[in-house]
Amino acid sequence: MIPLTHFLALGAILFLIGAAGVLMRRNAIMILLSIELMLNSVNVTFVGFARQWADLTGQVFAIFIIAVAACEAAVGLAILISLNRDRQMVNVDEINLLKW
Amino acid sequence: MIRYAWLIPLFPLAGVLINGLLGSKTRGAAGHLATLMAGLSFLVVLGISREMILGPGGSHTVAVWNWITAGKFSASLSFLIDPLSTIMLLVVTGVGFVIHLYSIGYMHGDPGYPRFFTYLNLFMVSMLLLVMGDNYLVMFVGWEGVGLCSYLLIGFWYEKKSASDAGKKAFIVNRIGDAGFLLGMFLIWSLTGSLAYGEVFKAELAAPAATAIGLLLFIGAMGKSAQIPLYVWLPDAMEGPTPVSALIHAATMVTAGVYMVARTSPIYVQGPAALEVVALVGALTAIFAASIGLVQNDIKRVLAYSTVSQLGFMFMALGVGAFASGIFHLMTHAFFKGLLFLGSGSVIHALHHAPADQQQDMRYMGGLRSKMPVTYGTFLIGAIAIAGVPPFAGFWSKDEILAGAFFSGHYLVWGLGTAAAFMTAFYMFRLIFMTFHGEMRVDHHAREHIHESPATMTVPLVILAVLSVVGGILPGFPPDAGWIHKFLAPSLAKAPAAHAAAGEGYRIVKAAAGAGEPGGGHGTVGIVLIALAIAVALGGIALAWRMYMRDTAAPGRLAARFPGLYRVLLNKYYVDEFYQACIVEPIYRLMRSLFNFDQRVVDGAVNGSSFLTVWTSRLSGLFDLRTVDGAVNGTASVLAFFAQLLKFIQSGMVQNYLFMMLLGVFLMVSAYLFR
Repeated sequence: MIPLTHFLALGAILFLIGAAGVLMRRNAIMILLSIELMLNSVNVTFVGFARQWADLTGQVFAIFIIAVAACEAAVGLAILISLNRDRQMVNVDEINLLKW
Repeated sequence: MIRYAWLIPLFPLAGVLINGLLGSKTRGAAGHLATLMAGLSFLVVLGISREMILGPGGSHTVAVWNWITAGKFSASLSFLIDPLSTIMLLVVTGVGFVIHLYSIGYMHGDPGYPRFFTYLNLFMVSMLLLVMGDNYLVMFVGWEGVGLCSYLLIGFWYEKKSASDAGKKAFIVNRIGDAGFLLGMFLIWSLTGSLAYGEVFKAELAAPAATAIGLLLFIGAMGKSAQIPLYVWLPDAMEGPTPVSALIHAATMVTAGVYMVARTSPIYVQGPAALEVVALVGALTAIFAASIGLVQNDIKRVLAYSTVSQLGFMFMALGVGAFASGIFHLMTHAFFKGLLFLGSGSVIHALHHAPADQQQDMRYMGGLRSKMPVTYGTFLIGAIAIAGVPPFAGFWSKDEILAGAFFSGHYLVWGLGTAAAFMTAFYMFRLIFMTFHGEMRVDHHAREHIHESPATMTVPLVILAVLSVVGGILPGFPPDAGWIHKFLAPSLAKAPAAHAAAGEGYRIVKAAAGAGEPGGGHGTVGIVLIALAIAVALGGIALAWRMYMRDTAAPGRLAARFPGLYRVLLNKYYVDEFYQACIVEPIYRLMRSLFNFDQRVVDGAVNGSSFLTVWTSRLSGLFDLRTVDGAVNGTASVLAFFAQLLKFIQSGMVQNYLFMMLLGVFLMVSAYLFR
């Protein structure tokens, strides 16, 4: 029996890796991937809690999150494609029109 | 007929409107139209007087319109037809009509022809209102109206400076009198609560109140009727056209004061002191003006001073309580003085081609008798009438006045009047002799153009000449008991008791003479007085004949002998100069100092306050700029300062924003966990 602590630790580590990716990567695709990582870390946490308390609600939430993540990926990739058409690049550093 | 009295002023009013508004259309017909209007109102007056004179007479009020009602005060435009106003209406419309007729010829070809007749008709309207009104307010409206017309007509040839000056002088001098009239009206109203004759005369007034009213109204009469000290405008008024001098400044308007005093006689008899003043002023004016008339050379000026003098006679009559005699003299004077003025106009018309300064100067006339027989004949009749030779008109009325003064105990007034009568006879015949007799002194060029005037001018002369012959004896015989006295009696008050007492001396004289027919005449004394009056008139004429016909050098010798007196008379006692120095100049000086006060103090205050305003607004502008704007700008710069600091957060990089968000979440969660 794997203890809850391990699930939580794995979730935290994955979340931090994802957050670092979101903050530090320049390529928008990589940022999207990192966001997926963060979402999945949350899934791990939910699943861990569900197993611990023998409550299927957490499993259901994980399924929901996977669905929402799919939507998010679709919308995000659509934005990236139109961005690429407009600017011929997907580099977030250079998307700075709102800068002062 | 009497209820149609409102038609009388309506006809000339129609003339005013037509000629005044359509003068450019009526032009040549203006004179005929105006004359027709005057004639129509004369016809109405004739109809009314037929009822008044042959019928039952009495006093009738014709209400036209309720004019003003304000609180206790009310005045209506209504007309009073009684014996006094009937006589006045006959004189005004009769003489007025004749003079309109004359003006058609006299003013022919004048560029202001329609304007002249508009004014003349307007004058008729005003004068008719004056004599017909049944209260003092309507009389005052007419009073001011005739004053206005007088001003307009004196200044009719306004391009001439002397004429427009004379108009202004007449207007201003009359204002002084009018102020007195107004005050008198105020006093009447405050004492009796009404201005209608009927109610005013019913009121019992204390003697001082009646005297005050009488004196104030008499000031008005002094102005309008040219008595000392307000007579100065009338001689200058001769600048107007001659028909105007005849109608307004001899026959009708100037007698308005006499009419007013006679109309107010019920008040005057309650304040006998006012009557004494009237008598004395009248007598002094009579002799004063007559003495100036002795030496004047302008034919119209002689007549003007004669008018002033004759008006003095009328006031003399009123003052001694012989009201009917005063009105009688007013009537006869209107005939013969209108005649004399129109005659002089005829002479001036004939001398049309003489140099402008010689047309009216008798020194450049002479010998006109043969060239202008009708003018000469009628003028002679007028002169005899005014001199007071029986049976011509002037004798009857003037004799009554002098007798009235004598029998009421006013011996001083009588003496002055008799002396004035002597002078009158003298200066009138001096005028006749200088103008119509002797050798012709007219300019050679003008001599060929002398001609008798056209029929429209001579017919009025003849009409007035006939009236000057019969206008005295028919209504005035026998003296003091003639028809006119009986006719006027209901309109006039009886002479005050004080006068009867003053006449005590006369009764003694009369008793001593053992005479005294009842009613008419005054016995032996009266006959002596009449004889004296005739002697005075004939004496004046004889003296004039001696000095100006037989011994023509005599006047020059006399002037050389008394140079001072002659100069004083020639310069009219220097009254105009005296007024100029004592009244006009001080007023000018006062005006100049007030002007300076205006310039310095009033304008200074205005300019000073504007200077202060400019400086305060400058200060408040600074406050605005520095303090108010400073606060606004300061707020803005504080904001700008912080904005400068905070703008660096707005990097435009999504990851920065995300980092901040995460940091925030981290901090909030930390704060939640470790609180």
